[in-house]
Amino acid sequence: MEAVLDADNISIVFGGLRAVSDFNFSIREGELVGLIGPNGAGKTTVFNMLSGVYSPTSGEINFMGRDGRETRLNGLAPYQITKLGIARTFQNIRLYKQLSVLDNVRIAHHQNVKYNSLDAILRTKRFYTEETKIEAEARELLAIFGIDDKRAELASNLPYGQQRKLEIVRALATNPSLLLLDEPAAGMNPQETNALMDLIAFIRKKFNLTILLIEHDMSLVMGICERIVVLDYGKIISEGVPDVVRKDPLVIKAYLGQEAIESA
Amino acid sequence: MTTKLRNFIILAGLSVIALVAVSLLIYVGVIDEYTAQILTLAGVNVIVALSLNLITGFTGQLALGHAGFMAIGAYAAAICVMHFHLPLFASLILGAFVTAIFGFFIGFPTLKLSGDYLAIVTLGFGEIIRVIMVNLKDLTGGAAGLKGIPSFTKDLTLQPTLSFTWVIAAMILVIVVMHNLLHSSVGRAIISIREDEIAANSMGINVFYYKMLSFTLSAFIAGLGGGLYATFFGYLNPTMFNFLKSCDFVIIVVLGGMGSITGTVISGFVLTYLQEFLRIMQDYRLVIYPFILLLIMLFRPQGLMGSHEFRLTSVFGPRAKRTAGGKEGV
Amino acid sequence: MSFFGQLAQQTINGLALGSIYALIALGYTMVYGIVKLINFAHGDILMIGAFVGYFVLMSMGMSWYALLIAFAVSMVVCAIMGIVIERFAYRPLRDAPRINALITAIAVSLILENGARVIPFMGPNPREYPVLKNATFSLGSIEISNIQIIVIVVSVALMIVLNYIVNSTKIGKAMRAVSFDMKASALMGINVNFVISFTFALGSVLAASAGILFSSAYPQVEPYMGIMPGLKAFIAAVFGGIGSIPGAMFGGVILGIAETLTKGFISSQLSDAVVFGILIIVLSVKPTGLMGKNVREKV
Repeated sequence: MEAVLDADNISIVFGGLRAVSDFNFSIREGELVGLIGPNGAGKTTVFNMLSGVYSPTSGEINFMGRDGRETRLNGLAPYQITKLGIARTFQNIRLYKQLSVLDNVRIAHHQNVKYNSLDAILRTKRFYTEETKIEAEARELLAIFGIDDKRAELASNLPYGQQRKLEIVRALATNPSLLLLDEPAAGMNPQETNALMDLIAFIRKKFNLTILLIEHDMSLVMGICERIVVLDYGKIISEGVPDVVRKDPLVIKAYLGQEAIESA
Repeated sequence: MTTKLRNFIILAGLSVIALVAVSLLIYVGVIDEYTAQILTLAGVNVIVALSLNLITGFTGQLALGHAGFMAIGAYAAAICVMHFHLPLFASLILGAFVTAIFGFFIGFPTLKLSGDYLAIVTLGFGEIIRVIMVNLKDLTGGAAGLKGIPSFTKDLTLQPTLSFTWVIAAMILVIVVMHNLLHSSVGRAIISIREDEIAANSMGINVFYYKMLSFTLSAFIAGLGGGLYATFFGYLNPTMFNFLKSCDFVIIVVLGGMGSITGTVISGFVLTYLQEFLRIMQDYRLVIYPFILLLIMLFRPQGLMGSHEFRLTSVFGPRAKRTAGGKEGV
Repeated sequence: MSFFGQLAQQTINGLALGSIYALIALGYTMVYGIVKLINFAHGDILMIGAFVGYFVLMSMGMSWYALLIAFAVSMVVCAIMGIVIERFAYRPLRDAPRINALITAIAVSLILENGARVIPFMGPNPREYPVLKNATFSLGSIEISNIQIIVIVVSVALMIVLNYIVNSTKIGKAMRAVSFDMKASALMGINVNFVISFTFALGSVLAASAGILFSSAYPQVEPYMGIMPGLKAFIAAVFGGIGSIPGAMFGGVILGIAETLTKGFISSQLSDAVVFGILIIVLSVKPTGLMGKNVREKV
């Protein structure tokens, strides 16, 4: 299988600080990879570069869409990257808080809508059929995550865990082939986390997705990820299947400090 | 399908009945000429305030020069009628187009940046437009202004009625266009920019494109309002369109609720009437209005209506779902 | 006068005008740097400062001593106004959406302008400003008036003082810290509210003196006099890089010279349009200004 996403030696510098340096990474179609590391290791910065929020200072990112065409992502705006088939969630939830749950999802459908302003103003038949379709699709996604009954609520009124789920639903609504999840289980208790991980495995199959997932709690991702990449101080310090990464002394040191190894 | 049809019939019917009924009342003299004028002026104010609400209330970008756009539309339409002898309808549309072109060129360098810059650039633009109007003496009559702009009809007895009918018909048209556009995928894209620009961008929305669309359309509608104003008043001069005039529209939009079409309509009529009512205390009004604005911002920033709409259809049947992009439209 | 003579003359005139813009621009840039708000009322503080100076000078008669008192009283009054405006209009909205704060700033600006119109002892009509007896000095073909000299000397002195406060005092360090990161500064034990009040006071003090200088150079006062200088000073702040203190000084001087050169060589009526054109060009080419920093939102 070919790589869907390929990051070749990417680095980013913020005013003299190398937040991420020489990040080499690729993910194959259908893989579920975990990106882990201690706080401040640069995980979200990697996501921001992959999704176009930041442009890498050096290096190259290439992405292969569902149509098999390869595109260089450097310098593209986030909306262009989303159009190619990469969707993301945000660690510090960025829902449209004052809009309804349903609208949050419908907004994400925008790029796949097949009517124009004139259809909307004149309320043509195409407008109504498309709108009906969008609502049905949005509700189907909401139902998968068990929040369809909340569709008329304002997003800000949802409990925290459901807001995280809504972030995932919203990302799915853009019809991606690669999904970037930034700490989807943050703030959830262990039962909720397990249920969410099952859900992620489910949507991966159902929508034929490739998933890159950030977590800073290592134990959570061990269960579902096939491969794990560990980041510390902006550099990859370890990579491989969960069992190998778990035992890597560099990883233990990064997470627990030098003393943990010496006392072990 | 049936509720859609029912809602359409209710709204279209009510609009036509209201428009025709009030026009007739003006014609037979039950509504006197002075009141008719206030209502017509309110209609113009609502049109321009709606255009401001589109960019400021729905898109979240503060614009402070809508009197400038209004001036361009007004002068362009008047010049089309007086110099080029074009029919009134074509002149109004052309005036609006000219304004939209100005909107496009102002928006292009500024809308890429944060909203604060738009505020200051539109403010400066509004002032510059006035200077230009004063200096283009051959076309605009300079500081003395343009006199004798032809009205909607030459028949003096029909004038109040026809002015009202034209302006309010245009207002209803603007409301329908804005409502239908905003309650669609395009409108949801525009609103998502107000809510969170970064998230909107990541959800596949071309933020700059939709800001430009909204701003250009806003200029178009403001220009249309300006053209109607010129035709209704019959006289134009540059000082009519100063910064304080722009602020009047900001006050209408903020009081009605940023992001509410019905709120703007209600507050537009109320404030225009109040303005005539308070005419005796002219200068104090200029302090009272901004003071109201300050109090709204401090204690009820969402205005009268927030971003909600008052729905006539819900009076006649089961309450419609209240979503920003509800598909139950006109 | 020769072309070069006139060029030099207009540059001197521009330097005087530009130093006034620089004083105003400093207020915009400091406030923006700390609370990220375009303080639309800043130009109107200038108007209040000019009026206070006017009343002092009218009651005491024009003299060097009276001028000194006028500066002092007007600075104190404006500092208090700046603090009060921040406390009651802007502080409650510090966490509100940006657009609400901007609209509030507009409201405050309108209240000051129109308030000055309706207050009986101020009123809407322009009044002649009391000024020192005019004296001009000639340097070859160039003429410079005593008022221009005062404008330039006072502006430069104030900017030196400001630079000292911002760079070499404890409160200046606190200002820089708050503008860098408000939340972290609060955690480090800095009294953020005090620092913000101080910044508004400092900006208003500069605006007050700019008001008296401006009214001395163009000898009249009226309620709307602050709008245009305020707008141009804001453009100067953007040109220099909003948030940057040297940028505001530099931008003010450049803008003043650009304006007088336009007036001298092209047309006096187009000078506003030229200044505005500069803003559009700066925003299209380098929106962070000449000395501004690139700030990105944390995602």
